[in-house]
Amino acid sequence: MIFESFPPALILLFAAFMAVISRPNARAIIVLVAPLITLWAIWSLPDGVLISTRFLDYQIQPLEVSPVRRMFATVFTIMAFTGAVYSFRTAKTAELGAAFAYASGAVGVSFAGDLLTLFIWWEMMAIFSTIVVWCGGTEASRRAGIRYALMHLLSGILLKIGIEGVYVHTGSLEIEAMLATDLDRWLILAGILINAAAPPFSSWLPDAYPEASPTGAVFLSAFTTKTAVLALILLFPGEQVLIWVGLYMVFYGIIYALLENDARRILAYSIINQVGFMVTAVGIGTELALNGAALHAFAHIIYKALLLMSAGVVLHRTGMRKCTDLGGLFRTMPVTCICGIIGALAISSFPLTSGYTTKTMISVAAEQQHLVFVWYMLAAASAGVFLHAGIKFPWFVFFQKDSGLRPKDAPWNMAAAMIFFAFLCIALGVYPEPLYAMLPNASIVPVYKPEKLVFYLQLLLFSGLAFFLLLNYMKRTLTITLDLDWIWRVAIFNAGNRVYDACTAMRSGVEKRVLSVLKAGRDGLDELSERDGFILRATSATGLGALYIMILLTLYIVVYYLN
Amino acid sequence: MARAPKKPDTAPGDDHWLVRPETIRKIWIGGILVLAVTVALELFTGTAGHFHGVDEWFAFPAVFGFLGCVAMVFVAKVLGFILKRKDDYYDL
Repeated sequence: MIFESFPPALILLFAAFMAVISRPNARAIIVLVAPLITLWAIWSLPDGVLISTRFLDYQIQPLEVSPVRRMFATVFTIMAFTGAVYSFRTAKTAELGAAFAYASGAVGVSFAGDLLTLFIWWEMMAIFSTIVVWCGGTEASRRAGIRYALMHLLSGILLKIGIEGVYVHTGSLEIEAMLATDLDRWLILAGILINAAAPPFSSWLPDAYPEASPTGAVFLSAFTTKTAVLALILLFPGEQVLIWVGLYMVFYGIIYALLENDARRILAYSIINQVGFMVTAVGIGTELALNGAALHAFAHIIYKALLLMSAGVVLHRTGMRKCTDLGGLFRTMPVTCICGIIGALAISSFPLTSGYTTKTMISVAAEQQHLVFVWYMLAAASAGVFLHAGIKFPWFVFFQKDSGLRPKDAPWNMAAAMIFFAFLCIALGVYPEPLYAMLPNASIVPVYKPEKLVFYLQLLLFSGLAFFLLLNYMKRTLTITLDLDWIWRVAIFNAGNRVYDACTAMRSGVEKRVLSVLKAGRDGLDELSERDGFILRATSATGLGALYIMILLTLYIVVYYLN
Repeated sequence: MARAPKKPDTAPGDDHWLVRPETIRKIWIGGILVLAVTVALELFTGTAGHFHGVDEWFAFPAVFGFLGCVAMVFVAKVLGFILKRKDDYYDL
């Protein structure tokens, strides 16, 4: 095989470059074929460290393969392919190119065998994802892109300081399981968690993703947070603090999505909610929990992209994304509506969808470890997902009221991409074995047991009942909800402005005072100099001086001789 | 049973079968039947609980799911009073 030790990420990166410089027809072929070649390359790689070399003074392993790494790389590449199908007719060239470079970064992180390689691909993702945000093309997306870039550069800096610390203290850059026991490792953990949209930096995600173009948001939803999940699986399995970080994210996502009016921001919040499940699973840290996190990430990328595709078609056709403007679209958009509902059922882990066959592992892992509180919280959160995403998104966009909008259904390529992902959501729910088989010898529990099915059906359907009974409390308003980013977007910004104003005022005050003192001195001298008899005015001063000196010298000589 | 989320804003002449009051009424009746069946099924399958606590009580998931959602909507509502701003808040 030609690809036995070739980094698959480079194929996508090359495709990104070629897509930007080629004509539209050639570009379409490149972006549709390159992911398929990449998939072939990924599946040609055997397990183990395939490339090991010296770079500067470091020993690095740019290509290391394991089942979980291959699994993430696979889903990233499937995402790049389906994203390309969805967007190749409408997306800007720059956006497609950046999205492919961004995807190559995600595949690169998946196969990074050392921290330095991971860091380089990590930064690639930060740069190219920012370009994807900017391709939204509006003033809002320009501003959101800058805030987004700042967050991810901060993530990169923390990560880099941590990596250097680990290298200085251990002499090794290898990626291996660790716990946050010292400052170096805390910094690495913090850098990764920023990319996972963990608190207090969760807000970058709902801030930036909805400002991207309809096609850009689909790509954005897949890579950054899920590479962070993979990095956590590889570096911090069983790190207790992640359980609580994850639970916070789960409920943060639900509460904020419930308050949100913008359909795409609802979906953005629910990314944080879903990543919270995975982060909790990594914190639980048993083999089953880690498998649950990886499987859930795989399923999540597919159904979340499907949901954003559905919202993207609505935005593409109507130019609207606020629940208060939308409603009743099921009449003319049946394909988009049904695909959106399938994605919504999958995210709610409804039985027979991919969410059910993957997320259930995480609950079972909590159960096996006797984490009673965590288990109850996860169960409540599962109900909450159905509430905030499973019903709320399709209800407010496609049903609710008749907004009077009668847009056309999705263009053929967008419909094809959605139908493919909707098919995968159901296929992996009905027949998850191929997915499980990607993690050989892994501990997997059977999820289709009668009592489990009844449990989840009751949990979900009764939260659906709660939704419709509480519909009056869910009415959407033209509002946003403040988040912790208020601290730096408003409080620190205003405080900074105030300090700046105070400094300016102080400087001008001091200037005025000093100038007035100097001026007063000068005026005083002027005034004095105009008086008669003032010493500095005397014209005889030089002669008089000579006389004084002569007298003094004479006195000196007299005194000298008297001695 | 009759619920009116689609009340007067149904456009004149819009008689899609899905939004007719009688259809909505049927959906509610059907939905409540399904809810009842899922609870009744627990009689045959037994509980999925593991911790020997409330999680093993009959119809625990139904009650927990329902009350959990009510609690979350309530918390969101309260937080909303404090944290909601007009949606051009940041647009200076």
